[in-house]
Amino acid sequence: MAMSAVSQSRKITEQFYTSLFGVEDGERIKACLQCATCSGICPFGYIMDYPPGKIISTIRADIFDDVLNTDSIWFCVSCYACTEVCPAKIPLTTGLMTRTKEEMLLAGNIPSELQDALMNSQRYGNPLGESPRKRAEWADGLSPEITIMGKENRPVDVLWFVGDYPSYHSRAQLSTKSFFKILHILNIDFGILGREENSDGDSQRLAGERGLFEILAEKNGQAFSKYEFNKIITTDPHAYNAIKNEYPNLGIEYPVQHYTEFLVEKLEILKPFLVNEIQSRVAYHDPCYLGRANGIYDAPRQLLESIPGLELIEMSHNRTTSLCCGGGGGGMWLDGFQWEKAHVRMSEWRVREAVSAGADILAVSCPYEAPRFEDAAKMVQGASRLVVKDISELLIEAIEN
Amino acid sequence: MNIVVVFKMVPDLVEELSIDKGGKNLDRSWLRLIINEFDDHAIEQAILLKEQIGAHVTVVSYDIDGVDDVLFTAAAKEADRLIKLPGDFKGGVNNHTLARCIKKTIKELQPDLILTGVQGNDDLDGSLGPLLAENLGLPYVGYVSGVQFSENNAIVKKEFPGGLIANMSVNLPAVLGIQASESPPRYVAVSKVRQAMKTASIEEGEPVELEPSSGPNIVRMYQPEVAQRATMIEGDEEEIAIKLIEIFQELGVL
Repeated sequence: MAMSAVSQSRKITEQFYTSLFGVEDGERIKACLQCATCSGICPFGYIMDYPPGKIISTIRADIFDDVLNTDSIWFCVSCYACTEVCPAKIPLTTGLMTRTKEEMLLAGNIPSELQDALMNSQRYGNPLGESPRKRAEWADGLSPEITIMGKENRPVDVLWFVGDYPSYHSRAQLSTKSFFKILHILNIDFGILGREENSDGDSQRLAGERGLFEILAEKNGQAFSKYEFNKIITTDPHAYNAIKNEYPNLGIEYPVQHYTEFLVEKLEILKPFLVNEIQSRVAYHDPCYLGRANGIYDAPRQLLESIPGLELIEMSHNRTTSLCCGGGGGGMWLDGFQWEKAHVRMSEWRVREAVSAGADILAVSCPYEAPRFEDAAKMVQGASRLVVKDISELLIEAIEN
Repeated sequence: MNIVVVFKMVPDLVEELSIDKGGKNLDRSWLRLIINEFDDHAIEQAILLKEQIGAHVTVVSYDIDGVDDVLFTAAAKEADRLIKLPGDFKGGVNNHTLARCIKKTIKELQPDLILTGVQGNDDLDGSLGPLLAENLGLPYVGYVSGVQFSENNAIVKKEFPGGLIANMSVNLPAVLGIQASESPPRYVAVSKVRQAMKTASIEEGEPVELEPSSGPNIVRMYQPEVAQRATMIEGDEEEIAIKLIEIFQELGVL
């Protein structure tokens, strides 16, 4: 096993190997068979100079510098496809790929559009570069008025971690408002953090900016600790993943649920409200950070199936084999870079699948997806009639007149 | 080669600006400050020169919210010295005073080159570069987007309106107003900035006494007033001409 503890190479930091082996099950990387299943399943593996398996071979040959000299790693969208299929169960996404991005970041080799998102997250607490003071502006004029924890200062049952795109992105806000309505219909006692909420930081972490992730997590942790609530809910699978799996390592421990899990628990109360038929064929897209990263496949489907008239169909890639929308691991901020190099968009692949599966509606449950798939549908032939809807929007359609 | 970069913290336009009750200044209670974008390029240009020829880089600013973070970020980019001028800058600074007060600190550093952003969004009394040059008795070139050295001169790339670019030779020491660095300002990982916070230190420069009277005399500060909507005149040339004449006559200019 030729994997020296400390590399002789100039570019690699001393922490690289420690941190590579230090993630959960990190030592398993030594058991890599070089079977290349990871590189084969990787949606961008065909375009990378160094897909996951090949990176491991460069580490063994002590020529990892070669990887750092290409921009290959910025095609990784942290979608867990490689991790899912690895027969040696190597944590490729959280370990190898993220650590490699961290090394690239330390070496200063990052595409400028990603740089902007990271700088915005540092300055404003959101990658979009929006005013932190306006984080709760989406809720202006809603009835009844939303509870902002810092203003009302009372205990609530549920703290809703709204997240970046649900707060600021005009398309994602439609889903945010739908979920708000559902919470009221179910008579949930909830509040939001408003200005005190910062980006969950998970995509920044997976884009290699761990230090930034820690700062953002600490800020959120401080805000959480100021208020009384029983659990956190969120519509954003990336925030869910961060709060569930990463924040506890920083001592920030709270029970958290994705909104689909939360609503499924209340399905019997919700069902009588679902009165309008939606006579459509609906394909559900499993988001990477709900599906492969956290194993939640059934809750979203149960919600969809409870809508009268709705016919749930599956695309060729579904559940564990779901195809990433292209937004994870920093991909949300690398569209220009990836298009320039690859001349393909993952979101278009997915939309093509939805069309060929015969879907009228592509249902999603992650705030990255509606804008990505709607844009893709404009580009894909035959997709002009495909409608992209968040599950919360479909539920509201079934509820409201 | 000794390079000094002077930067300012300016209002961050991510938040809407408002005018204070006095009507002569920005309402600074909500103001967010950010490094002046052109100054960020000036720091980057200095770092690029350091990488190319091994220059010694000192970054100078004054004591105001957020300045420490910018100084430590510069250190993480390999700037050698960090200097902060003490004083009360909460009400904002004018460039005439700043240039005069910063002169002594800069002189002591004996720089070959002084870089600053070509302009800032709060420059009410002209940009800082020429004022610094005047106070230091040095030549100034503004709108610079590239710097090279040859013996005792610097060859600077200066941008003119209309896409014209000139390579100019300037005697050193000199002050340059940077329009753009040769490559965009780099991103430094937060972990590197945190490291710099532990290892680098910020030195205090000469204390600054601001003289409000030496800046511009502001009579009134106000939001842009909404102009009347433009009217689009439609039709063929003949019809448009007739309508135009009617409008001019109505306004009494014909």
